[in-house]
Amino acid sequence: MEAEREVLDVLARNAREGIDDIAAQTGLDAATVEEAIATLEGNGVVHGYQAVIDWDATEEGKIRAIVEINVELDRETGYEQVADRIAKFPAVDALHLVSGDYDFAVEVLGESMQDVSQFISEQVAPLPEVTQTVTHYIMETYKDGGIRFVDGDEDDRLSVSP
Amino acid sequence: MRLAERAHTLPPSGIRKFFELTEARDDVISLGVGEPDFSAPWAARTAAIDSLERGRTSYTANRGIAALRERIAAHHERYGQRYDPETEVVVTTGASEAVDLAFRALVDPGDVVAVHEPTYISYRPGIELAGGKPLAVPTRAADDFRLTRERLEAAGADAADLLVLCYPNNPTGAIMDEGTLAEVAAFCREHDLRVVADEIYAALTYGGEHASIATQPGMRERSVVINGFSKAYAMTGLRLGYALGPADAIDGMNRIHQYTMLSAPTTAQHAAMAALDRCDEEVREMVDEYNRRRRLVVSRFNGMGLDTFEPKGAFYAFPDCGGDDDRFAEELLESTGVAVVPGSVFGSGGEGHLRVSYATSMRELKEATDRMAAFVEEAWEPDR
Repeated sequence: MEAEREVLDVLARNAREGIDDIAAQTGLDAATVEEAIATLEGNGVVHGYQAVIDWDATEEGKIRAIVEINVELDRETGYEQVADRIAKFPAVDALHLVSGDYDFAVEVLGESMQDVSQFISEQVAPLPEVTQTVTHYIMETYKDGGIRFVDGDEDDRLSVSP
Repeated sequence: MRLAERAHTLPPSGIRKFFELTEARDDVISLGVGEPDFSAPWAARTAAIDSLERGRTSYTANRGIAALRERIAAHHERYGQRYDPETEVVVTTGASEAVDLAFRALVDPGDVVAVHEPTYISYRPGIELAGGKPLAVPTRAADDFRLTRERLEAAGADAADLLVLCYPNNPTGAIMDEGTLAEVAAFCREHDLRVVADEIYAALTYGGEHASIATQPGMRERSVVINGFSKAYAMTGLRLGYALGPADAIDGMNRIHQYTMLSAPTTAQHAAMAALDRCDEEVREMVDEYNRRRRLVVSRFNGMGLDTFEPKGAFYAFPDCGGDDDRFAEELLESTGVAVVPGSVFGSGGEGHLRVSYATSMRELKEATDRMAAFVEEAWEPDR
Protein backbone atom coordinates (compact mmCIF):
# COMPACT_ATOMS: atom_id res chain seq x y z
CA MET A 1 0.00 0.00 0.00
CA GLU A 2 2.86 2.34 0.94
CA ALA A 3 4.67 1.40 -2.29
CA GLU A 4 1.56 2.14 -4.36
CA ARG A 5 1.21 5.53 -2.75
CA GLU A 6 4.85 6.40 -3.50
CA VAL A 7 4.52 5.28 -7.10
CA LEU A 8 1.29 7.25 -7.43
CA ASP A 9 3.03 10.41 -6.17
CA VAL A 10 5.65 10.07 -8.89
CA LEU A 11 3.14 9.30 -11.66
CA ALA A 12 0.89 12.19 -10.60
CA ARG A 13 3.81 14.54 -11.25
CA ASN A 14 5.09 12.89 -14.41
CA ALA A 15 3.30 9.91 -15.93
CA ARG A 16 6.18 9.38 -18.36
CA GLU A 17 8.70 8.37 -15.71
CA GLY A 18 10.15 4.97 -16.60
CA ILE A 19 10.16 2.03 -14.22
CA ASP A 20 13.88 2.46 -13.39
CA ASP A 21 13.52 6.15 -12.62
CA ILE A 22 10.44 5.53 -10.47
CA ALA A 23 12.40 2.83 -8.65
CA ALA A 24 15.34 5.20 -8.10
CA GLN A 25 13.12 8.01 -6.84
CA THR A 26 11.11 5.86 -4.45
CA GLY A 27 13.88 3.54 -3.28
CA LEU A 28 11.78 0.55 -4.33
CA ASP A 29 13.06 -2.16 -6.63
CA ALA A 30 11.89 -2.29 -10.24
CA ALA A 31 9.77 -5.41 -9.73
CA THR A 32 7.89 -3.80 -6.83
CA VAL A 33 7.24 -0.70 -8.93
CA GLU A 34 5.85 -2.79 -11.78
CA GLU A 35 3.66 -4.69 -9.37
CA ALA A 36 2.40 -1.45 -7.79
CA ILE A 37 1.51 -0.03 -11.19
CA ALA A 38 -0.32 -3.21 -12.14
CA THR A 39 -2.29 -3.04 -8.89
CA LEU A 40 -3.11 0.64 -9.35
CA GLU A 41 -4.33 -0.03 -12.89
CA GLY A 42 -6.19 -3.17 -11.88
CA ASN A 43 -8.12 -1.73 -8.96
CA GLY A 44 -9.29 1.38 -10.81
CA VAL A 45 -7.02 3.97 -9.20
CA VAL A 46 -5.09 4.71 -12.39
CA HIS A 47 -7.37 4.86 -15.43
CA GLY A 48 -4.88 6.05 -18.01
CA TYR A 49 -1.97 8.30 -18.87
CA GLN A 50 -2.38 11.52 -20.85
CA ALA A 51 -0.46 14.62 -21.80
CA VAL A 52 -1.57 17.98 -20.39
CA ILE A 53 -2.25 19.88 -23.59
CA ASP A 54 -2.78 23.55 -24.26
CA TRP A 55 -4.96 23.19 -27.36
CA ASP A 56 -4.80 26.92 -27.98
CA ALA A 57 -1.10 26.54 -28.65
CA THR A 58 -1.62 23.91 -31.37
CA GLU A 59 -1.93 24.74 -35.08
CA GLU A 60 -5.60 23.84 -35.53
CA GLY A 61 -6.76 24.78 -32.05
CA LYS A 62 -9.71 23.16 -30.33
CA ILE A 63 -12.64 24.61 -28.48
CA ARG A 64 -13.37 23.54 -24.95
CA ALA A 65 -16.52 24.24 -23.02
CA ILE A 66 -17.87 23.56 -19.59
CA VAL A 67 -21.54 22.70 -19.80
CA GLU A 68 -23.91 22.80 -16.84
CA ILE A 69 -26.66 20.26 -17.14
CA ASN A 70 -29.81 19.95 -15.08
CA VAL A 71 -31.75 16.73 -15.16
CA GLU A 72 -35.02 15.42 -13.86
CA LEU A 73 -34.97 11.91 -12.50
CA ASP A 74 -37.81 9.46 -12.22
CA ARG A 75 -38.38 6.11 -10.59
CA GLU A 76 -36.58 4.18 -13.34
CA THR A 77 -33.79 6.64 -14.04
CA GLY A 78 -31.06 7.73 -11.64
CA TYR A 79 -27.94 9.88 -12.03
CA GLU A 80 -25.94 6.79 -13.00
CA GLN A 81 -28.14 6.07 -15.99
CA VAL A 82 -28.12 9.68 -17.21
CA ALA A 83 -24.36 9.92 -16.71
CA ASP A 84 -23.89 6.76 -18.68
CA ARG A 85 -25.82 8.19 -21.62
CA ILE A 86 -23.91 11.47 -21.60
CA ALA A 87 -20.49 9.90 -21.08
CA LYS A 88 -20.87 7.70 -24.16
CA PHE A 89 -20.44 10.70 -26.48
CA PRO A 90 -16.79 10.93 -27.54
CA ALA A 91 -17.00 14.75 -27.43
CA VAL A 92 -17.47 14.54 -23.66
CA ASP A 93 -14.03 14.82 -22.16
CA ALA A 94 -15.01 14.79 -18.50
CA LEU A 95 -18.26 14.37 -16.61
CA HIS A 96 -18.86 15.11 -12.97
CA LEU A 97 -21.92 15.02 -10.74
CA VAL A 98 -21.68 18.18 -8.68
CA SER A 99 -23.35 19.84 -5.73
CA GLY A 100 -24.99 23.25 -6.11
CA ASP A 101 -27.23 24.89 -8.68
CA TYR A 102 -27.01 22.20 -11.33
CA ASP A 103 -26.46 18.46 -11.51
CA PHE A 104 -23.70 17.66 -14.00
CA ALA A 105 -20.62 19.57 -15.03
CA VAL A 106 -19.49 18.35 -18.44
CA GLU A 107 -16.27 19.22 -20.20
CA VAL A 108 -16.71 19.13 -23.94
CA LEU A 109 -14.00 19.26 -26.57
CA GLY A 110 -14.87 20.25 -30.14
CA GLU A 111 -13.40 21.57 -33.36
CA SER A 112 -15.27 24.89 -33.23
CA MET A 113 -17.88 26.77 -31.20
CA GLN A 114 -20.46 25.74 -33.74
CA ASP A 115 -19.43 22.14 -33.41
CA VAL A 116 -19.85 22.27 -29.64
CA SER A 117 -23.20 24.09 -29.64
CA GLN A 118 -24.52 21.70 -32.26
CA PHE A 119 -23.48 18.75 -30.14
CA ILE A 120 -25.22 20.19 -27.07
CA SER A 121 -28.42 21.25 -28.80
CA GLU A 122 -28.76 18.19 -31.02
CA GLN A 123 -27.47 15.39 -28.85
CA VAL A 124 -27.48 16.34 -25.18
CA ALA A 125 -30.46 18.70 -24.75
CA PRO A 126 -32.92 16.28 -26.38
CA LEU A 127 -32.18 13.52 -23.86
CA PRO A 128 -35.49 13.03 -22.03
CA GLU A 129 -34.03 13.62 -18.54
CA VAL A 130 -32.20 16.83 -19.45
CA THR A 131 -34.21 19.91 -18.48
CA GLN A 132 -31.64 22.66 -19.00
CA THR A 133 -28.13 23.25 -20.32
CA VAL A 134 -25.82 26.25 -19.96
CA THR A 135 -22.66 26.30 -22.06
CA HIS A 136 -19.53 28.18 -20.97
CA TYR A 137 -16.88 28.36 -23.66
CA ILE A 138 -13.39 28.42 -22.29
CA MET A 139 -11.73 31.62 -23.44
CA GLU A 140 -8.29 31.08 -21.99
CA THR A 141 -6.65 28.37 -19.88
CA TYR A 142 -4.11 29.41 -17.28
CA LYS A 143 -3.59 26.14 -15.48
CA ASP A 144 -4.66 22.56 -16.12
CA GLY A 145 -3.76 19.25 -14.52
CA GLY A 146 -1.85 21.21 -11.86
CA ILE A 147 0.43 22.75 -14.49
CA ARG A 148 0.66 26.49 -15.21
CA PHE A 149 0.38 27.36 -18.91
CA VAL A 150 2.57 30.43 -18.57
CA ASP A 151 6.26 30.34 -17.78
CA GLY A 152 6.76 29.71 -14.09
CA ASP A 153 8.76 31.87 -11.76
CA GLU A 154 12.07 32.52 -13.46
CA ASP A 155 15.08 30.84 -11.87
CA ASP A 156 17.07 33.91 -10.94
CA ARG A 157 19.30 32.19 -8.41
CA LEU A 158 23.04 32.66 -8.52
CA SER A 159 24.52 29.76 -10.49
CA VAL A 160 26.80 28.75 -7.61
CA SER A 161 26.21 29.70 -3.98
CA PRO A 162 27.43 28.45 -0.60
CA MET B 1 41.11 53.77 0.68
CA ARG B 2 42.93 52.28 3.64
CA LEU B 3 41.07 49.25 4.85
CA ALA B 4 41.02 47.80 8.30
CA GLU B 5 43.23 44.78 8.85
CA ARG B 6 40.27 42.45 9.28
CA ALA B 7 38.86 43.30 5.86
CA HIS B 8 42.26 42.62 4.30
CA THR B 9 42.89 39.33 5.97
CA LEU B 10 39.51 37.69 5.34
CA PRO B 11 40.24 35.24 2.51
CA PRO B 12 37.94 35.28 -0.53
CA SER B 13 35.35 32.49 -0.47
CA GLY B 14 36.55 29.33 -2.23
CA ILE B 15 33.22 29.13 -3.97
CA ARG B 16 33.94 32.36 -5.80
CA LYS B 17 36.20 30.72 -8.40
CA PHE B 18 33.50 28.26 -9.43
CA PHE B 19 30.90 30.95 -9.47
CA GLU B 20 33.01 32.90 -11.97
CA LEU B 21 33.80 29.87 -14.13
CA THR B 22 30.10 29.00 -14.22
CA GLU B 23 28.91 32.51 -14.91
CA ALA B 24 31.26 32.70 -17.90
CA ARG B 25 29.18 30.08 -19.73
CA ASP B 26 25.53 30.25 -20.71
CA ASP B 27 24.85 26.53 -21.22
CA VAL B 28 25.38 25.39 -17.65
CA ILE B 29 23.23 23.02 -15.63
CA SER B 30 24.19 24.04 -12.13
CA LEU B 31 24.17 21.55 -9.29
CA GLY B 32 26.10 24.14 -7.32
CA VAL B 33 23.23 26.12 -5.89
CA GLY B 34 22.84 26.28 -2.12
CA GLU B 35 19.22 27.39 -2.04
CA PRO B 36 15.84 25.86 -2.94
CA ASP B 37 14.65 25.94 -6.56
CA PHE B 38 11.09 26.47 -5.34
CA SER B 39 9.67 29.93 -4.75
CA ALA B 40 8.30 30.83 -1.34
CA PRO B 41 4.78 29.43 -0.80
CA TRP B 42 2.16 31.72 -2.28
CA ALA B 43 0.44 32.19 1.10
CA ALA B 44 3.69 33.61 2.49
CA ARG B 45 4.16 35.87 -0.51
CA THR B 46 0.60 37.22 -0.34
CA ALA B 47 1.04 37.87 3.39
CA ALA B 48 4.09 39.97 2.53
CA ILE B 49 2.11 41.87 -0.10
CA ASP B 50 -0.84 42.35 2.29
CA SER B 51 1.46 43.73 4.96
CA LEU B 52 2.82 46.27 2.49
CA GLU B 53 -0.69 47.25 1.39
CA ARG B 54 -1.66 47.79 4.99
CA GLY B 55 1.35 50.02 5.42
CA ARG B 56 3.30 47.73 7.75
CA THR B 57 6.61 49.36 6.89
CA SER B 58 7.93 50.39 10.30
CA TYR B 59 10.52 48.79 12.54
CA THR B 60 9.32 45.97 14.73
CA ALA B 61 10.37 45.17 18.30
CA ASN B 62 14.11 44.37 18.39
CA ARG B 63 13.44 40.73 19.06
CA GLY B 64 10.79 40.53 16.34
CA ILE B 65 6.99 40.77 16.27
CA ALA B 66 5.67 39.11 19.44
CA ALA B 67 3.10 37.06 17.53
CA LEU B 68 5.86 35.71 15.30
CA ARG B 69 8.03 34.75 18.28
CA GLU B 70 5.07 32.89 19.77
CA ARG B 71 4.57 30.98 16.54
CA ILE B 72 8.29 30.19 16.29
CA ALA B 73 8.32 28.82 19.83
CA ALA B 74 5.21 26.72 19.14
CA HIS B 75 6.65 25.49 15.84
CA HIS B 76 9.94 24.49 17.46
CA GLU B 77 8.16 22.23 19.95
CA ARG B 78 8.12 19.58 17.22
CA TYR B 79 11.85 19.17 17.95
CA GLY B 80 11.12 18.45 21.59
CA GLN B 81 12.03 21.73 23.23
CA ARG B 82 9.98 24.68 24.47
CA TYR B 83 11.44 28.19 24.45
CA ASP B 84 9.85 31.25 26.06
CA PRO B 85 8.88 33.63 23.24
CA GLU B 86 9.42 36.63 25.53
CA THR B 87 12.96 35.94 26.65
CA GLU B 88 14.39 33.01 24.70
CA VAL B 89 13.73 33.92 21.06
CA VAL B 90 15.26 36.59 18.81
CA VAL B 91 14.26 37.04 15.17
CA THR B 92 17.18 37.92 12.91
CA THR B 93 18.00 38.97 9.36
CA GLY B 94 18.55 35.47 8.07
CA ALA B 95 20.08 32.67 10.11
CA SER B 96 23.39 34.23 9.02
CA GLU B 97 22.85 37.18 11.33
CA ALA B 98 21.97 34.81 14.15
CA VAL B 99 25.24 32.91 13.61
CA ASP B 100 27.19 36.18 13.65
CA LEU B 101 25.38 37.39 16.78
CA ALA B 102 26.03 34.11 18.54
CA PHE B 103 29.77 34.36 17.88
CA ARG B 104 29.90 37.98 18.97
CA ALA B 105 27.91 37.30 22.11
CA LEU B 106 29.66 34.06 23.11
CA VAL B 107 33.27 34.35 21.91
CA ASP B 108 35.93 36.38 23.71
CA PRO B 109 39.19 37.24 21.95
CA GLY B 110 41.42 34.19 22.03
CA ASP B 111 38.58 31.71 22.68
CA VAL B 112 38.95 28.49 20.75
CA VAL B 113 35.91 27.51 18.69
CA ALA B 114 35.73 23.95 17.39
CA VAL B 115 34.12 23.56 13.97
CA HIS B 116 33.55 20.18 12.35
CA GLU B 117 34.51 20.11 8.71
CA PRO B 118 33.56 19.93 5.88
CA THR B 119 30.90 22.47 6.67
CA TYR B 120 29.24 25.66 5.58
CA ILE B 121 31.83 28.32 4.82
CA SER B 122 30.71 31.24 7.02
CA TYR B 123 31.61 29.95 10.48
CA ARG B 124 35.38 30.34 10.27
CA PRO B 125 35.28 34.01 9.14
CA GLY B 126 32.53 34.72 11.69
CA ILE B 127 34.62 33.26 14.51
CA GLU B 128 37.69 35.22 13.39
CA LEU B 129 35.73 38.48 13.16
CA ALA B 130 34.66 37.89 16.77
CA GLY B 131 38.32 37.43 17.74
CA GLY B 132 38.06 33.69 18.26
CA LYS B 133 40.40 30.96 17.04
CA PRO B 134 38.72 28.34 14.84
CA LEU B 135 39.76 24.76 15.47
CA ALA B 136 38.97 22.40 12.58
CA VAL B 137 37.56 19.01 13.53
CA PRO B 138 37.64 16.91 10.35
CA THR B 139 34.83 14.39 10.01
CA ARG B 140 35.18 11.30 7.86
CA ALA B 141 33.38 9.59 5.03
CA ALA B 142 33.75 6.37 7.06
CA ASP B 143 31.42 7.91 9.70
CA ASP B 144 29.04 9.25 7.03
CA PHE B 145 30.44 12.67 8.04
CA ARG B 146 28.86 12.57 11.49
CA LEU B 147 30.76 14.34 14.24
CA THR B 148 31.92 11.70 16.71
CA ARG B 149 33.46 11.93 20.14
CA GLU B 150 36.55 10.25 18.73
CA ARG B 151 36.98 13.00 16.10
CA LEU B 152 36.56 15.70 18.75
CA GLU B 153 39.21 14.07 20.92
CA ALA B 154 41.60 13.57 18.00
CA ALA B 155 41.37 17.26 17.10
CA GLY B 156 41.97 18.40 20.70
CA ALA B 157 38.54 19.97 21.02
CA ASP B 158 38.56 19.33 24.78
CA ALA B 159 40.44 22.63 25.04
CA ALA B 160 37.81 24.52 23.05
CA ASP B 161 35.34 26.99 24.57
CA LEU B 162 32.61 26.59 22.01
CA LEU B 163 31.48 24.05 19.42
CA VAL B 164 29.71 24.91 16.18
CA LEU B 165 27.36 22.17 15.04
CA CYS B 166 25.76 22.25 11.59
CA TYR B 167 23.44 19.27 11.09
CA PRO B 168 21.69 18.46 8.79
CA ASN B 169 24.95 19.43 7.14
CA ASN B 170 25.80 21.58 4.19
CA PRO B 171 27.75 20.31 2.14
CA THR B 172 27.48 16.60 2.99
CA GLY B 173 23.77 16.08 3.69
CA ALA B 174 24.81 14.19 6.83
CA ILE B 175 22.63 14.17 9.94
CA MET B 176 23.43 13.24 13.54
CA ASP B 177 21.76 10.18 15.01
CA GLU B 178 20.72 10.03 18.66
CA GLY B 179 23.69 7.90 19.68
CA THR B 180 26.36 10.15 18.19
CA LEU B 181 24.55 13.23 19.41
CA ALA B 182 24.58 11.82 22.97
CA GLU B 183 28.36 11.22 22.70
CA VAL B 184 28.97 14.77 21.53
CA ALA B 185 26.70 16.15 24.27
CA ALA B 186 28.61 14.18 26.91
CA PHE B 187 31.90 15.53 25.53
CA CYS B 188 30.56 19.10 25.73
CA ARG B 189 29.40 18.66 29.31
CA GLU B 190 32.66 17.05 30.41
CA HIS B 191 34.84 19.72 28.84
CA ASP B 192 32.47 22.62 29.43
CA LEU B 193 31.86 23.52 25.79
CA ARG B 194 28.97 25.71 24.82
CA VAL B 195 27.30 24.97 21.47
CA VAL B 196 26.06 27.05 18.56
CA ALA B 197 23.83 24.69 16.59
CA ASP B 198 22.95 25.90 13.10
CA GLU B 199 19.83 23.85 12.36
CA ILE B 200 18.70 25.73 9.26
CA TYR B 201 18.04 22.44 7.42
CA ALA B 202 16.11 20.86 10.32
CA ALA B 203 12.87 20.63 8.32
CA LEU B 204 14.64 18.84 5.48
CA THR B 205 15.29 15.36 6.81
CA TYR B 206 14.35 12.09 5.15
CA GLY B 207 13.12 9.16 7.11
CA GLY B 208 13.10 10.65 10.60
CA GLU B 209 12.62 13.89 12.53
CA HIS B 210 15.66 16.10 13.10
CA ALA B 211 17.38 15.59 16.47
CA SER B 212 18.61 18.76 18.17
CA ILE B 213 21.62 18.84 20.49
CA ALA B 214 19.64 21.06 22.87
CA THR B 215 17.35 18.15 23.72
CA GLN B 216 20.26 16.15 25.17
CA PRO B 217 20.50 16.17 28.98
CA GLY B 218 22.12 19.33 30.31
CA MET B 219 22.51 20.83 26.84
CA ARG B 220 19.63 23.29 26.67
CA GLU B 221 21.37 25.71 29.02
CA ARG B 222 24.63 25.59 27.06
CA SER B 223 23.25 25.75 23.49
CA VAL B 224 22.07 28.43 21.12
CA VAL B 225 19.92 26.88 18.40
CA ILE B 226 19.64 28.69 15.09
CA ASN B 227 17.02 28.15 12.43
CA GLY B 228 15.16 30.19 9.85
CA PHE B 229 12.78 30.30 6.94
CA SER B 230 15.23 30.20 4.02
CA LYS B 231 15.52 26.48 3.39
CA ALA B 232 12.30 24.98 4.77
CA TYR B 233 10.03 27.63 3.24
CA ALA B 234 12.20 28.56 0.23
CA MET B 235 12.44 32.14 1.49
CA THR B 236 16.19 32.78 1.15
CA GLY B 237 15.78 36.25 -0.32
CA LEU B 238 13.41 37.38 2.43
CA ARG B 239 16.28 37.07 4.89
CA LEU B 240 14.62 35.78 8.02
CA GLY B 241 16.06 33.58 10.72
CA TYR B 242 15.96 33.19 14.49
CA ALA B 243 17.91 32.05 17.48
CA LEU B 244 16.60 30.10 20.47
CA GLY B 245 18.48 29.70 23.71
CA PRO B 246 18.73 30.45 27.39
CA ALA B 247 17.55 33.96 28.28
CA ASP B 248 21.04 35.29 29.10
CA ALA B 249 22.47 34.21 25.72
CA ILE B 250 19.50 35.58 23.76
CA ASP B 251 19.66 38.80 25.77
CA GLY B 252 23.35 39.16 24.92
CA MET B 253 22.68 38.54 21.24
CA ASN B 254 19.76 40.95 21.27
CA ARG B 255 21.90 43.69 22.81
CA ILE B 256 24.22 43.49 19.78
CA HIS B 257 21.31 43.02 17.36
CA GLN B 258 19.54 46.19 18.58
CA TYR B 259 22.53 48.31 17.58
CA THR B 260 23.68 46.53 14.44
CA MET B 261 20.33 45.56 12.89
CA LEU B 262 17.62 47.14 15.04
CA SER B 263 15.06 44.62 13.80
CA ALA B 264 14.68 41.99 11.11
CA PRO B 265 12.83 42.99 7.91
CA THR B 266 9.18 43.70 8.76
CA THR B 267 7.75 42.42 5.47
CA ALA B 268 9.60 39.15 5.89
CA GLN B 269 8.27 38.76 9.43
CA HIS B 270 4.72 38.98 8.12
CA ALA B 271 5.51 36.42 5.43
CA ALA B 272 7.01 34.17 8.11
CA MET B 273 3.86 34.25 10.25
CA ALA B 274 1.82 33.08 7.26
CA ALA B 275 4.44 30.44 6.50
CA LEU B 276 4.09 29.00 10.01
CA ASP B 277 0.30 29.27 9.99
CA ARG B 278 -0.56 27.98 6.56
CA CYS B 279 2.31 26.37 4.68
CA ASP B 280 2.87 22.96 6.30
CA GLU B 281 1.41 21.24 3.24
CA GLU B 282 3.75 23.07 0.83
CA VAL B 283 6.74 22.20 3.00
CA ARG B 284 5.66 18.56 3.02
CA GLU B 285 5.39 18.56 -0.78
CA MET B 286 8.81 20.17 -1.16
CA VAL B 287 10.35 17.63 1.22
CA ASP B 288 8.71 14.76 -0.71
CA GLU B 289 10.09 16.11 -3.98
CA TYR B 290 13.59 16.60 -2.53
CA ASN B 291 13.40 13.06 -1.24
CA ARG B 292 12.62 11.63 -4.69
CA ARG B 293 15.46 13.65 -6.23
CA ARG B 294 17.80 12.61 -3.42
CA ARG B 295 17.18 8.94 -4.04
CA LEU B 296 17.57 9.41 -7.79
CA VAL B 297 20.92 11.22 -7.64
CA VAL B 298 22.39 8.92 -4.99
CA SER B 299 21.40 5.85 -6.98
CA ARG B 300 22.81 7.38 -10.16
CA PHE B 301 26.13 8.35 -8.55
CA ASN B 302 26.63 4.92 -7.06
CA GLY B 303 25.64 3.48 -10.44
CA MET B 304 28.35 5.46 -12.23
CA GLY B 305 30.98 4.38 -9.72
CA LEU B 306 31.14 7.50 -7.53
CA ASP B 307 30.73 6.20 -3.99
CA THR B 308 27.99 8.16 -2.26
CA PHE B 309 26.75 7.56 1.27
CA GLU B 310 23.05 8.09 1.86
CA PRO B 311 22.57 11.73 2.85
CA LYS B 312 19.58 11.99 5.17
CA GLY B 313 19.20 15.74 5.36
CA ALA B 314 19.43 19.10 3.55
CA PHE B 315 19.49 18.94 -0.28
CA TYR B 316 23.03 17.84 -0.99
CA ALA B 317 24.72 14.62 -1.97
CA PHE B 318 28.46 14.29 -1.40
CA PRO B 319 29.91 11.74 -3.83
CA ASP B 320 33.52 10.60 -3.63
CA CYS B 321 35.08 11.43 -7.00
CA GLY B 322 38.12 9.20 -6.53
CA GLY B 323 40.62 11.97 -7.12
CA ASP B 324 41.28 15.67 -6.94
CA ASP B 325 37.88 17.29 -6.47
CA ASP B 326 38.95 20.65 -7.84
CA ARG B 327 40.24 19.04 -11.03
CA PHE B 328 37.09 16.93 -11.35
CA ALA B 329 34.82 19.95 -11.00
CA GLU B 330 36.81 22.04 -13.47
CA GLU B 331 37.07 19.29 -16.09
CA LEU B 332 33.41 18.38 -15.66
CA LEU B 333 32.31 21.97 -16.18
CA GLU B 334 34.67 22.39 -19.12
CA SER B 335 33.61 19.25 -20.97
CA THR B 336 29.93 18.84 -20.01
CA GLY B 337 28.64 22.18 -18.76
CA VAL B 338 27.60 20.67 -15.42
CA ALA B 339 28.61 22.70 -12.38
CA VAL B 340 29.29 21.11 -8.98
CA VAL B 341 31.27 22.49 -6.05
CA PRO B 342 34.55 20.81 -5.00
CA GLY B 343 34.25 19.42 -1.47
CA SER B 344 37.56 20.90 -0.36
CA VAL B 345 35.98 24.36 -0.49
CA PHE B 346 34.15 23.35 2.69
CA GLY B 347 37.25 22.52 4.69
CA SER B 348 39.32 19.55 5.73
CA GLY B 349 37.71 16.18 5.13
CA GLY B 350 35.91 17.49 2.04
CA GLU B 351 38.75 16.81 -0.38
CA GLY B 352 38.09 14.12 -2.97
CA HIS B 353 34.36 14.81 -2.76
CA LEU B 354 31.85 16.93 -4.64
CA ARG B 355 28.93 18.88 -3.27
CA VAL B 356 25.97 18.21 -5.52
CA SER B 357 22.85 20.18 -4.83
CA TYR B 358 19.61 18.50 -5.83
CA ALA B 359 17.64 21.72 -5.43
CA THR B 360 17.12 21.53 -9.18
CA SER B 361 14.29 20.10 -11.27
CA MET B 362 14.12 16.34 -11.83
CA ARG B 363 14.54 16.90 -15.56
CA GLU B 364 17.80 18.83 -15.07
CA LEU B 365 19.07 16.32 -12.52
CA LYS B 366 18.57 13.50 -15.00
CA GLU B 367 20.29 15.42 -17.79
CA ALA B 368 23.16 16.48 -15.52
CA THR B 369 23.73 13.00 -14.10
CA ASP B 370 23.62 11.51 -17.63
CA ARG B 371 26.36 13.92 -18.65
CA MET B 372 28.34 13.17 -15.49
CA ALA B 373 28.09 9.43 -16.11
CA ALA B 374 29.48 9.90 -19.62
CA PHE B 375 32.27 12.09 -18.24
CA VAL B 376 33.23 9.55 -15.57
CA GLU B 377 33.13 6.74 -18.13
CA GLU B 378 35.07 8.44 -20.91
CA ALA B 379 37.14 11.33 -19.65
CA TRP B 380 37.81 11.19 -15.90
CA GLU B 381 41.09 9.75 -14.72
CA PRO B 382 40.95 9.12 -10.99
CA ASP B 383 44.10 9.52 -8.92
CA ARG B 384 43.37 6.45 -6.86
